[in-house]
Amino acid sequence: MEALKQLGQYTLLLYQALRSVTEFSTYRENLFNEFVKIGYQSIPIIILVGTFTGAVLTLQTAYQLDTDLYPAYIVGSIVAQSVIIELAAVISGLVLAGKVGARISTELGTMRVSEQIDALESMGFNSVAFLVLPRIFAGVLMFPILYIIASTLGIIGGVVAGAADGILPAAEFMKGGRLFFFPEDVVFGILKSFVFGFVITSISCFKGYFAYGGAEGVGNATTQATVLSCIYILLADFVLAAILL
Amino acid sequence: MIEINNLTKSFGKNLIWKDVSFQIEDGETLAVIGKSGCGKSVLLKHLNALMYPDSGDVIIDGQCVFDLNYSELRLMRQRFGILFQGGALFDSINTFENIAFPLRYFTKKTEGEIKKEVEEALDMVNLKEAGNKATSELSGGMRKRVGLARAIILKPDYLLYDEPTSGLDPQTSDEINELIVSMADSFDLTSIVITHDMHSVLSIAEKVAFLDSQKLSWFGTIDEMKKSEHPPLVEFTTASEYKIKA
Repeated sequence: MEALKQLGQYTLLLYQALRSVTEFSTYRENLFNEFVKIGYQSIPIIILVGTFTGAVLTLQTAYQLDTDLYPAYIVGSIVAQSVIIELAAVISGLVLAGKVGARISTELGTMRVSEQIDALESMGFNSVAFLVLPRIFAGVLMFPILYIIASTLGIIGGVVAGAADGILPAAEFMKGGRLFFFPEDVVFGILKSFVFGFVITSISCFKGYFAYGGAEGVGNATTQATVLSCIYILLADFVLAAILL
Repeated sequence: MIEINNLTKSFGKNLIWKDVSFQIEDGETLAVIGKSGCGKSVLLKHLNALMYPDSGDVIIDGQCVFDLNYSELRLMRQRFGILFQGGALFDSINTFENIAFPLRYFTKKTEGEIKKEVEEALDMVNLKEAGNKATSELSGGMRKRVGLARAIILKPDYLLYDEPTSGLDPQTSDEINELIVSMADSFDLTSIVITHDMHSVLSIAEKVAFLDSQKLSWFGTIDEMKKSEHPPLVEFTTASEYKIKA
């Protein structure tokens, strides 16, 4: 019963956000702020995650395929495809569920319990257009860019780790990468990151916007937002793979 | 004029109050009193439809606020100013910007006009020098005064106060009470004050609504309250250090 009520509230919140799209002047300033917070300020962690994911995957793949049955460049093929199709989007998504999702739910939750959202509404303000819409917009627009950064750096990390460890030269890695490179895989990765951006920001906005019960309530909202975002990222990942691959 | 007709509210199985009805005439100051947890703030949030009741109406100038669509409701809400219990200041912007916020979004005033109006509002609440302060630097009393300046900046018809003196020392409470009276006089406002501070009630209100036992237990003027022998009201008012019956 509680789950159905929450689903109803979530759907209504999204509907109200959708209806508020035309109120650009209400959310314009916050939208640019959120581009910076969700996009620009996430670049350092995405550089770290992308680079090390590619580097570690290269070392582990080389270790597992340490046989003469396969040419060395196959390591490059596996790493590049895994990063593009799966790892750049999913690992970035899970990390950003913590970084971006927790920030959003804490911010909105604090605004709710300190009556700042009531203050906005009481002024005649559309608080959903002002607070929720720019965060969701920024999420769905910035996550694909972060995905492209993560997957590019994942491959570069793989190339560098392979060359530095003496597993395979950079040229061999790139040869393997190009051999099984399909542009539609990149489109699939971008689509995934778009969905993950929506999942993380919408769930976090929902949990924060309806937080209650003081500091403990904000803490609960943040925990739920992060956990639910991770769960729905994994579910969405499975559903998208089942439908599109 | 605000008419409240048969308002009933519950949260789940927990009844807050039932069949609450009273009227507030234009220009009056009404104090809503009652014990903590009796639903005073909940009642306040029904006046501009921040909350919806289980049944009943709130009618403002002949229009039920619960029948308005969202666009109409937003326009109606602009006729209200609210001073929230903790001030509800936006902590991402400074004091000046908090007060300027409604002007920036709801008027087409120039930066110069906004600056002038915000400075006037700050002056009115005796915080002339506080414009550049972050909200985290403000004391409890200052937060309430900044909240009040923000509430009046669009020159509302109705001003609602949620526990304006709670958590303040007696001297600051007196300053806030004086501000409430001066706001009502200066802007010819209809004011509704939620409080359990009887000293405030006696300083500012013309009428009193007493919530008790999940209903409107008593309603009348200050003079009538002083003479009333309604037992729950007498018990409530004499429990204050300002024993008004004495």
